[in-house]
Amino acid sequence: MQSCRYELPLSRPKVGVQGVTGSWRVRRPVLERSRCIGCGLCWLYCPDSVIDVEEEGGKFRVSIDYTYCKGCGICSSVCPTKAITMVEEV
Amino acid sequence: MRITLTGNYCVAYAVKLARVKVVSAYPITPQTTIVEKISEMVDEGEADIRMIRVESEHSALSAVYGAASAGVRSFTATSSHGLLYMHEMVWWVAQARIPLVMAVVTRTIGPPWNIWTDHHDIMDQRDTGWLIAMAENNQEVLDETIKLFKITEDPEVFLPGIIGLDAFVLSHTVEPVDVPDQDTVDSFLPERRQPYVIRAGDPLIMGNIPSDLVRNARMRWDVHLGLRNAEVVIERVDREWGKLTGRYYGGLTECYRCEDSKYIMVGIGSWVGDMRIAVDSLRDEGYPVGLLKLRYVRPFPARRVYEVVKGSRGVVVFDRSISAGSAGPLFLDLASHIHAMRLGVPVKNVVAGLAGVDVGYKDFENIVKRFVEEVEGEGWVREFLEFYPGR
Repeated sequence: MQSCRYELPLSRPKVGVQGVTGSWRVRRPVLERSRCIGCGLCWLYCPDSVIDVEEEGGKFRVSIDYTYCKGCGICSSVCPTKAITMVEEV
Repeated sequence: MRITLTGNYCVAYAVKLARVKVVSAYPITPQTTIVEKISEMVDEGEADIRMIRVESEHSALSAVYGAASAGVRSFTATSSHGLLYMHEMVWWVAQARIPLVMAVVTRTIGPPWNIWTDHHDIMDQRDTGWLIAMAENNQEVLDETIKLFKITEDPEVFLPGIIGLDAFVLSHTVEPVDVPDQDTVDSFLPERRQPYVIRAGDPLIMGNIPSDLVRNARMRWDVHLGLRNAEVVIERVDREWGKLTGRYYGGLTECYRCEDSKYIMVGIGSWVGDMRIAVDSLRDEGYPVGLLKLRYVRPFPARRVYEVVKGSRGVVVFDRSISAGSAGPLFLDLASHIHAMRLGVPVKNVVAGLAGVDVGYKDFENIVKRFVEEVEGEGWVREFLEFYPGR
């Protein structure tokens, strides 16, 4: 970034640049591990990059970061085995 | 080199001389021959420019905005409905403070479909944060386009700029034009400067949702400050250009026979040429009339207007567009500024030349005569706003 006398609409990418967005969530994605086939579609589609995957023997092992997950439900919609269900946060 | 060029070709030559690197093209009448000429120059190996053909005007501005963000001098051109279609990006580029230059060939807005000139399209951009220059003739088109690269890339400014030229009257009419050589322009234009550069491998977010709204508010106000600071830069750059080429235009404004005048005509764009003729013949008839040409609409040259208008008996502002439900935009700016500076001078607004109706020096003479009689008879203007449909 070069110096400028004016206020600029710039920021650096970092984890949680917008704060703890998990507090926005109304419904929580819950993974039923026995149904998960490790295809990685939820990881691919998640708009907030809160689904982490670790590779295990050619398949993905999925985990969800609830600190930043906004609960949009896209992962649940794209899951081909319905392994992710949206549960109301009370 | 003195050659005859249309206003559109003047823009193309200026873009080439400024060593622009990226141009996007989505041609719309009457801007088409600008990007066609640039394309020819590229094809013939005269200009080292990457042309991007895009699918809409929204994309045209987005493409050059991206190129400019990545650090290169960039340019596009549009008109009328195309400009309105890219309006969202017009705001975006200014708030991102990315310098680039765009030519707007001023053309009226439909319906009905109409390709002739008026200023509704360019006036629709007044509040966006862009510098807006308006040219009177083709030489000024060429000179001001080159200068705008220097002005917009000045650290005091760091905002994009529009060069406005009237459809057909300038865009498609040839005039003898002095085209400076490459060395002259190279000595005038420095290396590109901009507030930040987006680079591969150095992730930077532009425009992320703000967590601090007060900081966001400051960004807004800072765009205003950039335009205010541009007043000094425009004047300085115009003087530099004058030293180099012998053509100093007066910075933000130009006065024609203002000294010892009692009544001032105010206008922008190509019909200022007709106003000059009207001033001469009105002077011959004994009317003490002068002309204030505004070379920039943004920043609005409020201080210069004040200096010229103070001590006069009356001002008549010619607008080639109307802010429907209020009055002509030049009048609104001028009247509010001089009122705030406590000048009790009668100001009349004549809205004319809409939809491309031709207004010549005879029209100006008649309008100004009636205005002078009105003010001298009544001491003020009877109706501040007058529509002149044309004849």
